[in-house]
Amino acid sequence: MITAADPLLTVRDLRTHFFTGAGVVKSVDGVSFQVRRGETLALVGESGSGKSVTSLSILRLLAASGKIVSGRIEFTSRDGQNRDLTRVSEAEMRTIRGNEIAMVFQDPMSSLNPAYTVGDQIAESIMLHRRTRRREALEIAAQMLEKVGISGAGCRIRDYPYQLSGGMCQRVMIAIALSCNPSLLIADEPTTALDVTVQAQILDLLRKLQEELQMGILFVTHNLAVVAEIAHRVAVMYGGRVVEDGWTSEMFRSPKHPYTRALLNSIPAIGRHPARLQAIPGNPPNPLTLPPGCAFEPRCQYAIAECSRAIPNLVHTGNEHWVRCIRHGSL
Amino acid sequence: MNEPLLEVKRLSKHFSGRGGAQIHALTDVSFKMQPGEMLGLVGESGSGKSTLGRSILRLLGPSDGQIIFNGIDITHLSARDMRPVRRQMQMIFQDPFSSLDPRMTAGQIVSEALAIHKLVARANRSARVADLLRMVGLAAEDATRYPHQFSGGQRQRIGIARALAVEPAFLVADEPVSALDVSVQAQILNLLQDLQEELTLTVLFISHDLAVVKQLCQRVMVLYLGRIMETAPAGRLYAGPKHPYTEALLSAAPVPVPGAKRSRTPIGGDAPSTLHPPSGCVFRTRCPYAIAECSQVVPELREVEPGHFKACIRDVL
Ligand SMILES: Nc1ncnc2c1ncn2[C@@H]1O[C@H](COP(=O)(O)OP(=O)(O)OP(=O)(O)O)[C@@H](O)[C@H]1O
Ligand SMILES: Nc1ncnc2c1ncn2[C@@H]1O[C@H](COP(=O)(O)OP(=O)(O)OP(=O)(O)O)[C@@H](O)[C@H]1O
Ligand code: SF4
Ligand SMILES: [Mg+2]
Ligand SMILES: [Mg+2]
Repeated sequence: MITAADPLLTVRDLRTHFFTGAGVVKSVDGVSFQVRRGETLALVGESGSGKSVTSLSILRLLAASGKIVSGRIEFTSRDGQNRDLTRVSEAEMRTIRGNEIAMVFQDPMSSLNPAYTVGDQIAESIMLHRRTRRREALEIAAQMLEKVGISGAGCRIRDYPYQLSGGMCQRVMIAIALSCNPSLLIADEPTTALDVTVQAQILDLLRKLQEELQMGILFVTHNLAVVAEIAHRVAVMYGGRVVEDGWTSEMFRSPKHPYTRALLNSIPAIGRHPARLQAIPGNPPNPLTLPPGCAFEPRCQYAIAECSRAIPNLVHTGNEHWVRCIRHGSL
Repeated sequence: MNEPLLEVKRLSKHFSGRGGAQIHALTDVSFKMQPGEMLGLVGESGSGKSTLGRSILRLLGPSDGQIIFNGIDITHLSARDMRPVRRQMQMIFQDPFSSLDPRMTAGQIVSEALAIHKLVARANRSARVADLLRMVGLAAEDATRYPHQFSGGQRQRIGIARALAVEPAFLVADEPVSALDVSVQAQILNLLQDLQEELTLTVLFISHDLAVVKQLCQRVMVLYLGRIMETAPAGRLYAGPKHPYTEALLSAAPVPVPGAKRSRTPIGGDAPSTLHPPSGCVFRTRCPYAIAECSQVVPELREVEPGHFKACIRDVL
């Protein structure tokens, strides 16, 4: 089991806004969570809730119009140094990216360069972070492919991305991400584009590699079933904020935020089939026009007048569980 | 038993790929649908689900086989003869963003079909449109708004209203909730369920999500590389799959229960290309139960229990 004493990444009240012609888009407006060594935190939320912007903020890979306006991103590197990534220089950030923090994106096909063999792409990433010769790097590349479950890796390193299936490309992306032994892996919807049978293989692979390498994983997804399968902890996002954060089993057993509750009741599950699903009325919020109070208030069946006055704080309810709802105690 | 509303007989569909290669999108697909039935069609990407839906609606010409709708063989009907049939068969698409014309208002989108099929006198059209919008949970006033002014879920409602405008008997819903936010999916699924019951629609419901299919459908059909692997009443199929592929598919589907004990039948690799489907049983390259014979014979769909069919030569499950 993970000890609470081993924090790897601590995000504190992060706010990332985009300054656009249409106004200020508060994509991330109060995100806090922690990822510990050897632990997987799932960041869940609907489309537009700010999951990807949170990941990109951590890596400082935001579009030019995007700015981290406040908050801290504390990261403990291998040498034990703890730094606020919102403040380190771009040069420092470059050594952290890939070396200490690696990322895997949703669409594997478009993240690989079609003009180079997969072996070359892994080798290049290895040579970027370690002092090795090309030949040696290619050997390591083949080992990496073996490790992520691609058989006949010795030949596969000469393949071009178009010669591989989506699932294989995603494995190559994972191999590239892991080639420098990162302590933190950020995986943004890594299985969303894949078939369930292949998704199951990739999830098994990530679990196995995590155990082996004791990586922390930030797993971004909108799929609650995948969360139940892979995450130790879950942070639920709604309208740019974390509204609930806690241990996975507790979150599914007794969700405390009305949004988390409603969401869990609205999804059909094999083995649990109510005559009718409980739909959540209305639509997710527009980040350009967030309500002044709780972002879920317009859709919440427990809302009272006070809910629309101010944004509720994220409060600790015990056992490392946090909720952003003024009514959580009386539900 | 009633006459089936739809009967598909040995339907095959090939596409020509690059360099004259044949893509076997559908091979020898046969099944029937009873009036008022909601049949779930599941299978992984590229298994031929959309091709089947589109072939039934004659949006694609089949390469071989027959489609019998309401007792009429529509496989080779001319466009003119197809017209009265077309009114009976409608489709709801996956993508509510690209399937609606951005230059038309919701009202125009819904009434277009009424005009094409000359169903309602012009003077009464706006009243009918208002009824249809209300039926799918929108407001009559929404008729004057354009697609971009609606959310994804609302756009999907417009697509459903458009499909229902002509009072079809048969509906193909191709991944109707896959592009929607999770919190909005249930609204649309409930709507489809209600409408199907109210209007006794016959629905072919296409999805890659087994849980969604189980929620809505009485019967399920599993497709792999363009062939039917198994079809059974939903309860039976989920509780006791008889085909190795269905077993693998069910055991791979994640369930939203942390720590759920699962007996996973892991199958390796990816589905083979439709350009070169394996000989014999198309699933044999990934099947944990495959024996030598599986590469030699193409398993016929056979009834293993009443209403429960599978295409597998073995009886291990
Ligand atoms: N470069 C940008 N300029 C302006 N707004 C942006 C930009 N990037 C993201 N946004 C907005 O920020 C919000 C959050 O986007 P984000 O990509 O983080 O969502 P997400 O939770 O990852 O959603 P999805 O599940 O669809 O990937 C969205 O409303 C999006 O439109
Ligand atoms: N117009 C076309 N020309 C050539 N090949 C096609 C065409 N339409 C479909 N195919 C091929 O036929 C096969 C079946 O495709 P289809 O779209 O029916 O699959 P599907 O089950 O709907 O998949 P998905 O879940 O990805 O929607 C695929 O191999 C696909 O590439
Ligand atoms: S026929 Fe053979 S290969 Fe195909 S599913 Fe049955 S056992 Fe597996
Ligand atoms: Mg995203
Ligand atoms: Mg399809």
